[in-house]
Amino acid sequence: MDIGLPSLVAWQPLAQISATALTPQTYILLLVIFLSLGAATLVGQILRRREQLSIEPAVLRRFNHRLRVWWMMFAILAIGFLLHRLGVVILFGLISFWALREFITMTPTRRGDHRTLFWVFFIFTPLQYILIGLGNSAPAWLTQGRQIDFYGFYSIMIPVYASLFIPARIAISGDSKRFLERSAKIQAGLLICVYSLSYAPAMLDLSLRGSDGQAWKGSNVTLLLFFVLIAQIADVLQEAWSRLAGRNVIAPEINASRTWEGVMGSMITTGLCGMALSWATPFSWWESGVMSMVVAIMAFAGGMSLSAIKRDRGVTDTGTLVQGHAGLLDRIDNVCFAAPVFYHLTRFYFSQS
Amino acid sequence: MKLSDVFDPMKITGHTIVVLARLLSGFTVRWVDCQPDTCQRVYFANHTSHLDAVVLWSALPRHLRAITRPVAAADYWSTGKFKPKLAKAFNALLIDRKEIKVHHSPVDLMIREIGDVYSLIVFPEGGRTSGEEMGQFKSGLYYLGKKRPDLELVPVYIDNVNRVLPRGEFLPVPLLSCISIGAPIFLEAGEPKTEFLDRARNAVRALKGDEE
Repeated sequence: MDIGLPSLVAWQPLAQISATALTPQTYILLLVIFLSLGAATLVGQILRRREQLSIEPAVLRRFNHRLRVWWMMFAILAIGFLLHRLGVVILFGLISFWALREFITMTPTRRGDHRTLFWVFFIFTPLQYILIGLGNSAPAWLTQGRQIDFYGFYSIMIPVYASLFIPARIAISGDSKRFLERSAKIQAGLLICVYSLSYAPAMLDLSLRGSDGQAWKGSNVTLLLFFVLIAQIADVLQEAWSRLAGRNVIAPEINASRTWEGVMGSMITTGLCGMALSWATPFSWWESGVMSMVVAIMAFAGGMSLSAIKRDRGVTDTGTLVQGHAGLLDRIDNVCFAAPVFYHLTRFYFSQS
Repeated sequence: MKLSDVFDPMKITGHTIVVLARLLSGFTVRWVDCQPDTCQRVYFANHTSHLDAVVLWSALPRHLRAITRPVAAADYWSTGKFKPKLAKAFNALLIDRKEIKVHHSPVDLMIREIGDVYSLIVFPEGGRTSGEEMGQFKSGLYYLGKKRPDLELVPVYIDNVNRVLPRGEFLPVPLLSCISIGAPIFLEAGEPKTEFLDRARNAVRALKGDEE
């Protein structure tokens, strides 16, 4: 099957047609997600109509709320895919920007950090996504005919340049109070919200081979979709297992609802889901299972870390600090932590070159 | 609606300001024990940033924006090329802080200007504070309440806008902010000035700790 929207590709010189074109697998995966979301919504609505119920109404409300968020995510992602590579990059760029906004709003900074924050928001964040957008298909006038893969720049831009720039810029502002702490806060925000998340759209540029050594015929869009889906499934299963079989809370001081049973259960069942979806990836069935387990562990790590930050600030959701905003960071902490690991494992083991 | 209404440059500037303020400060508005109303009010808020007046004005519903005038310092807002236009776009009431005469006091001017239509946005701390602790309130609010007892005095707490644009900075950082609008207070009969001003200040401060 050819690309769905050839006219859109025409005005996107950066679009890499071979790797980011939508293949039948992409459509099947989208359909699977659509159907399961539809089924879940139906169940949620039926349960809501019932008056006498053994389920707590609060649980049901959360379930329905979460479904609404997923529908929105699904719609946004689908629109992003229709716009192809550039659309996905811009989409994730905006998500990063908003997540960073929530992160910095939640963490107290001082007057002296103001200029540094301006750099972080308006220079480093856009630059990271511009570099991702250039990827390995930069226009010729920029590279002067050389074959440049911007991976060499975007994979170090924030860890090297930005994270050294931040303490220096804060020092120049002349406020030494809690200097190390303030630098670390801004660095962490940039690392989690921008750098880590930017590996999700970077997946579109991988040239992959299957486990048999042959070039992978599928579309990287499918791989990205697979990744986001697995990260979300891991979160849901973790919550479900904690509720059903949770006994030993990991760290009640950090998060009272995350249990060891939940994490183990989520790891195993997410692995099974990954195996079942291995047709969408370049991985064989067991590789897909292992990758999904890694994603589940990283999703758990992200949730725990964000919980620790929130607990330190005395808020329950990143959104409650500023009422009315559903915390975006709460929804994507799993993706933030899992994206770089998933990307680098895939790059290391399944890269063509 | 006439065509000239739609393309009125002042209105377009006004809308642009609202959109910009919304994007830049990402504010949410909480009406705590208070509802948007067209009755005459004086919104009084803590003052930590140049953006305060613009953000608070933008946070009001459109039909209230048209009848609400921020009170601002003439010496700041009437200088330069851009600032007077901006002040005009949101119909600011400029007060000269330096030349205060007995029969031409700012309070008299405010009362004359609002007539029986407009509401006001005032910052009773006078100048901007660093954001850590609110300054003492100036007495203007008391005299407003005394001369016009029918005005609803509405406390407002502006949170985090000082981090979007602290004093002395000109480049904003787009963090998220929150505006809490509380229940109106009135000047009690025979209430001493200092007591009333303290009560007003506490009303603003109470909105700060009010976490849901």
